[in-house]
Amino acid sequence: MDEKQPKDPGDHKPVEPALSPWGEPTDVSGGEHDAGVIAIAPEMAIAEADVRSAEEGEYVRGSSLWKDAWRRLLKNKLAVFGLVVVILVTLASITGPFIIKKTLGFTPDYIPSNNVKLIKSFPPFTGPDGQFSWTHPMGTDNAGRDQLARVLQGGQISLFVGIIATLVSLLIGVSYGAIAGYIGGRLDNLMMRIVDILYSLPYVIVVIVLLSMFRSQTPRGQLILLFIALGSVSWLTMARIVRGQVLSLKNQEFVLAARATGVSTPRIIFRHIVPNTLGPVIVYATLTIPQIMLTEAFLSFLGFGVQAPLASWGSLASDGIQNIAIFPWQLIFPGVTMALTLFSLNFLGDGLRDALDPQMRTN
Amino acid sequence: MSSRNGHLLEVKNLRTYFDTEDGLVKAVDDISFSLQRGETLGIVGESGSGKSVTNLSIIRLIPDPPGKIVSGEVVFNGQDILLLPPEEVRKIRGRRIAMIFQDPMTSLNPFLKISKQLMEMTQLHLGYTKAQAYEHAIKMLETVGIPDARTRVDNYPHEFSGGMRQRVMIAMALSCQPELLIADEPTTALDVTIQAQILELIKKLKQETGTSVILITHDLGVVAGMTDHVIVMYAGKVFEQARTAELFARPGNPYTKGLLRSVPDPTSEQGKLYQIPGSPPDVARLKPGCPFAPRCERVEEICRREFPPFVQLNADHYSLCHFAREVFDASEATNK
Repeated sequence: MDEKQPKDPGDHKPVEPALSPWGEPTDVSGGEHDAGVIAIAPEMAIAEADVRSAEEGEYVRGSSLWKDAWRRLLKNKLAVFGLVVVILVTLASITGPFIIKKTLGFTPDYIPSNNVKLIKSFPPFTGPDGQFSWTHPMGTDNAGRDQLARVLQGGQISLFVGIIATLVSLLIGVSYGAIAGYIGGRLDNLMMRIVDILYSLPYVIVVIVLLSMFRSQTPRGQLILLFIALGSVSWLTMARIVRGQVLSLKNQEFVLAARATGVSTPRIIFRHIVPNTLGPVIVYATLTIPQIMLTEAFLSFLGFGVQAPLASWGSLASDGIQNIAIFPWQLIFPGVTMALTLFSLNFLGDGLRDALDPQMRTN
Repeated sequence: MSSRNGHLLEVKNLRTYFDTEDGLVKAVDDISFSLQRGETLGIVGESGSGKSVTNLSIIRLIPDPPGKIVSGEVVFNGQDILLLPPEEVRKIRGRRIAMIFQDPMTSLNPFLKISKQLMEMTQLHLGYTKAQAYEHAIKMLETVGIPDARTRVDNYPHEFSGGMRQRVMIAMALSCQPELLIADEPTTALDVTIQAQILELIKKLKQETGTSVILITHDLGVVAGMTDHVIVMYAGKVFEQARTAELFARPGNPYTKGLLRSVPDPTSEQGKLYQIPGSPPDVARLKPGCPFAPRCERVEEICRREFPPFVQLNADHYSLCHFAREVFDASEATNK
């Protein structure tokens, strides 16, 4: 140690006073002695910190994660278009049938049985005598039921099916994936193999078998069966996505920090980790809704889903396709509405993905 | 400081091994040390020397698998933590032994408000109500010198700077008045001026609360200013153990000497910075002799052959070296 000359730490190393022991080896044990050397006086430290935080506070407060994402979403024209259409379709589906009931006096399943002349399919904007009329802007179906009311009510059911199945996928998928990912090891292996097995079953067939095995007598019972069938297959991908996220999150230091403060495992999973997976989960959920709606339409089209007198876009299209040559409006209106909604949901989902994942941002 | 209170923590023959694809990694191999109440212990070593694993072992947070505490005792307040059921260990974590981590940027949950994270501790361990915990959180933030704590408490972590976040971490760690605070490289990720503030803060709070501190670091400067005792670790072993002043003045181990020499000296601007040649060994493939032998300046035949003894140099100065006594005497001589 002879090359080390005693030195005054205060001059050169204000921050590592610590090295003074080389100068005065005996003096170290009382670390308080050289406190004066490092010590930035507490008032000073706070004053400095004040300036920093004031600046930072201003700068950062305006751009929380969600606000940032929202701004990026608004920049994406397709996503905004999607958002607007989705909101409009949803509002129309929810309020439409009621408004028609109030103003024109008929429900989606109203068959004008008192007037046999009206039980046939009218083209859009056409009255019973072929003249222009506002009564049925989308025409009527074979039984003379108003097509607009049926499309709106179909929207209710289609959106409802999509949302319920997505909620199921959120509940089951997120907890399942989070538990498997966080606990890891053998349990993870077992849980994910179960998912793999369920994945490998052709789920449309599973749903069809489920629906035909428990075929319900009432349309409402059939609808509930449809929810169960769709919900039971919709959570698989969500579970995988969440598990992947959790695998990378669980090794982060904040999880270790939470464990070091004695937080219990369920609380770490659901309070500390799951919120951090929200971005991908939201994105995938918005993309699940159209996917489920499409599946529902497909099943209804095949006659397994929603049964008359209830309507969904799928069952309406199924009815319409039988008369496509003579009454094309029976297919066009539900078909176009559904396509538009699915497009919009997909645009919105894509937009959300770009907005919530800044690394995806191009230019 | 005061030894009449006895030991707060005694680690005896602790071995923590990791079963990896490269074979058995003896990350911590037969380590013993003790800590008095109110005392600060520094653990120094290069990356991978087992500093952090030692401390994660103390509160049983070793990821298992692949890690496993193979043997040893961690006696905290007369209780062997390694024998307690997990539920009991969870009650000790945060309540009686708290930790501060290296990177304040990642050790706070980005999705939870600071208030939630601070409140969690006291609600969990002290049974505080929401309102009590909230007030306590504000008080803790004030204690660690965060200005305007009442409004800041509802901010998210990303709204704080690195130094401020580390203050929050300290507030969190100390909010249940733990008896032992383990600070795992608390200043490594911070810039130099903030480092000094944080260290000063830990020191001040330690004096106010009487908490014992284990300070893990690779910065010898930090150790010198903060600690009463120092342990030097290398390849999962304790290489030297002494009172801080003595370790700096009269190192009894060639490795410690090398470490001390490789601290930059601002008074001599010319010349190359000394570095210990080579790099730390692969702990999975240790040869029979002294793990430091390939890099040691003073290496002799016996070092490559036999594992060195843990020599007691005086009352509380130990060194793991075949030539501990000689090295110790030599450094005493040069100091005169």
